[in-house]
Amino acid sequence: MSSPDKMSDDGTTLVQIRDLHFSRGSKPIFSGLNIDIPRGKVTTIIGPSGTGKTTLLKMIGGQLKASQGSIHVDGLQVGKLRRAELYELRKRMGMLFQSGALLTDLSVFENVAYPLREHTDLPESLISHLVLMRLHAVGLRGARNLSPSELSGGMARRAALARALVFDPMMIMYDEPFTGQDPISMGVLLELIKTVNEALGLTSLMVSHDLKEALSISDYAVIISEGVVVEAGSPEQLESSESAWVQQFLHGQPDGPVPFQVSAPDYEEDLMGTENGNSRVGVSR
Amino acid sequence: MIDFLQRFGRTWIDMVGRLGRATLFLLHMLGALGSLFARPSLLVKQLYASGVMTLSIVLVSGLFVGMVLALQAYNTLIDFGQENRVGTLVALTLVRELGPVVTGLLFAGRAGSAMTAEIGLMKATEQLSGLEMMAVDPYKRVFAPRFLAGFLALPMLAAMFSAIGVIGGHLIGVDVLGVDASAYWSQMQNATSFYSDVGNGLIKGLVFGFVVSWIAIFEGADCIPTSEGVSSATTRTVVYSSLAILGLDFLLTAVMF
Amino acid sequence: MNSRAIDVLVGVFMLLFFGAMFILAMKVSNLTSLTSSAGYTLVAKFENVGGLKARASVAASGVKVGEVSAISYDPETFEASVTLTIDETFSDTFPTDTTASIYTAGLLGEQYIGLDPGAEIDMLQDSDEITLTQSAIVLERLIGQVLFSRSGGS
Repeated sequence: MSSPDKMSDDGTTLVQIRDLHFSRGSKPIFSGLNIDIPRGKVTTIIGPSGTGKTTLLKMIGGQLKASQGSIHVDGLQVGKLRRAELYELRKRMGMLFQSGALLTDLSVFENVAYPLREHTDLPESLISHLVLMRLHAVGLRGARNLSPSELSGGMARRAALARALVFDPMMIMYDEPFTGQDPISMGVLLELIKTVNEALGLTSLMVSHDLKEALSISDYAVIISEGVVVEAGSPEQLESSESAWVQQFLHGQPDGPVPFQVSAPDYEEDLMGTENGNSRVGVSR
Repeated sequence: MIDFLQRFGRTWIDMVGRLGRATLFLLHMLGALGSLFARPSLLVKQLYASGVMTLSIVLVSGLFVGMVLALQAYNTLIDFGQENRVGTLVALTLVRELGPVVTGLLFAGRAGSAMTAEIGLMKATEQLSGLEMMAVDPYKRVFAPRFLAGFLALPMLAAMFSAIGVIGGHLIGVDVLGVDASAYWSQMQNATSFYSDVGNGLIKGLVFGFVVSWIAIFEGADCIPTSEGVSSATTRTVVYSSLAILGLDFLLTAVMF
Repeated sequence: MNSRAIDVLVGVFMLLFFGAMFILAMKVSNLTSLTSSAGYTLVAKFENVGGLKARASVAASGVKVGEVSAISYDPETFEASVTLTIDETFSDTFPTDTTASIYTAGLLGEQYIGLDPGAEIDMLQDSDEITLTQSAIVLERLIGQVLFSRSGGS
């Protein structure tokens, strides 16, 4: 592998992750992760719950530091930037959190206007224009005066999307955008992610375990499990993967390479156990 | 036994670690205070949240504490024929001790717990992460305004507590029990010095404001981002702040008076 | 709650604070008498000041005319030197043969200085010394004197 400090930039890769290691406490989350996220495409990172997908987004955003390896975003190594440089980079990234992460003490309009007010001295009329344009794009122009607590979960995510877009970022990260959505708002979000990506020509990076929906709009998908990439490619390529694990994951079969039973001592022994409740049943930590 | 020792040792290491984190957090927050010059409106908003919202409970408590003090002082002093000195006792007790201490305890319960809960919920709902990802520093926009507002609001509330307490003492001592009004005020003035009594009371208030705001904001920012974590952080804020106020009050009194 | 209402309420909060500080300064503590003491000072030497303290009042015929601003020990005369600050309105009021005495307000009250004007035509000026003084009555000494005179008489 080439030196991790240099990014082999041929212009088609926006985010390059090389040999990434990270652990929380003594539990390893990533052990040698390598991912290339193409520019201008919708990329989905999928994997079982608890594989650290959200952690990965936070590391790309520079909120967590890798213990080993590197992450380059647009040629800059995230972990080595100074604070001001990191903040400059973040202005070019949008992130959509699971809960929307709208500021609860501001109205929807003010939430979307917030990044503009923080980082620019634009006149009020221009801010109002920009905000209304974004709100219109996500269909929430009529909800501008509501407070975040009055929005449904799907609307909150759309408002957060408008906020993430207000600075015209080069890339948007979506953290589990479809969790807990009814079919209609899920359809709305899918449509929005796709059109936003096409219309604004940005790069979308999504982590999700809603496979079918996520894959339906993705150009590229990466499956991670146990800290490494298991399979990567277009949705069609994944579909025809020969790995039994990938097949089990994609089709949601209850038993297969990932066993239904959490590793436990022998069932019969456990039932007849004389250890008086001291048996070691449970998730190994 | 080994297990107990291990757990005991871990608790201590955790505590020292928390203290270290809290200190770094404080330094970072103090460093961010300068940004408030550019955004005074943030400070005003937090003065509202911590000062104005605590005002009513402080005024009501101050009035009653002053009234009780006058009643007790009168009943004791009348035996010595010194009931004219009710004012002295009420004013010195309030200005030196009860004003800052009781206000500090009320502030920790009302404003401090609210600060912790608010910041804890912002953390739990990813608002703090969201700010960071918008390239907005939560230390500048969230923590520093709350810290400065708490630091300033507490001594101000303590002054109001003392002032209304003296008026409450007047209500009971002069209007009800019949102490001579001019004796009430003149005895008080003779015994109370503006710089060494009122001034030191204000300094106590500033110290308590500093500590309570620090504890409240740190507990909020350091909490486990679940509803359970936020609630236990809120409890810790009130307990630690109250203990800190009482302990520091003893130290400050020993040094000042 | 819109930001204008918050501004107003915080303004009210500030006004209440200033009001409280005004009460604490003017009514509760002695800032008034300290600042308005643009008066003149007199010095009086006493053999014994008893329990007299700084900021004790100085009265003439029971009316407060000033206060004690400092008490120190004069190693040359072996006396206590008491500096009195007399209010400006009472300048050119006390003759040079005024007597300064230390009295006690009531049996347990605090001690104060009483001025008894004499008959001279010249008036005391700034930093003059009051030469006629009467020391504090110290209870132990009084009892001692009584006991001494009793035993001497019998």
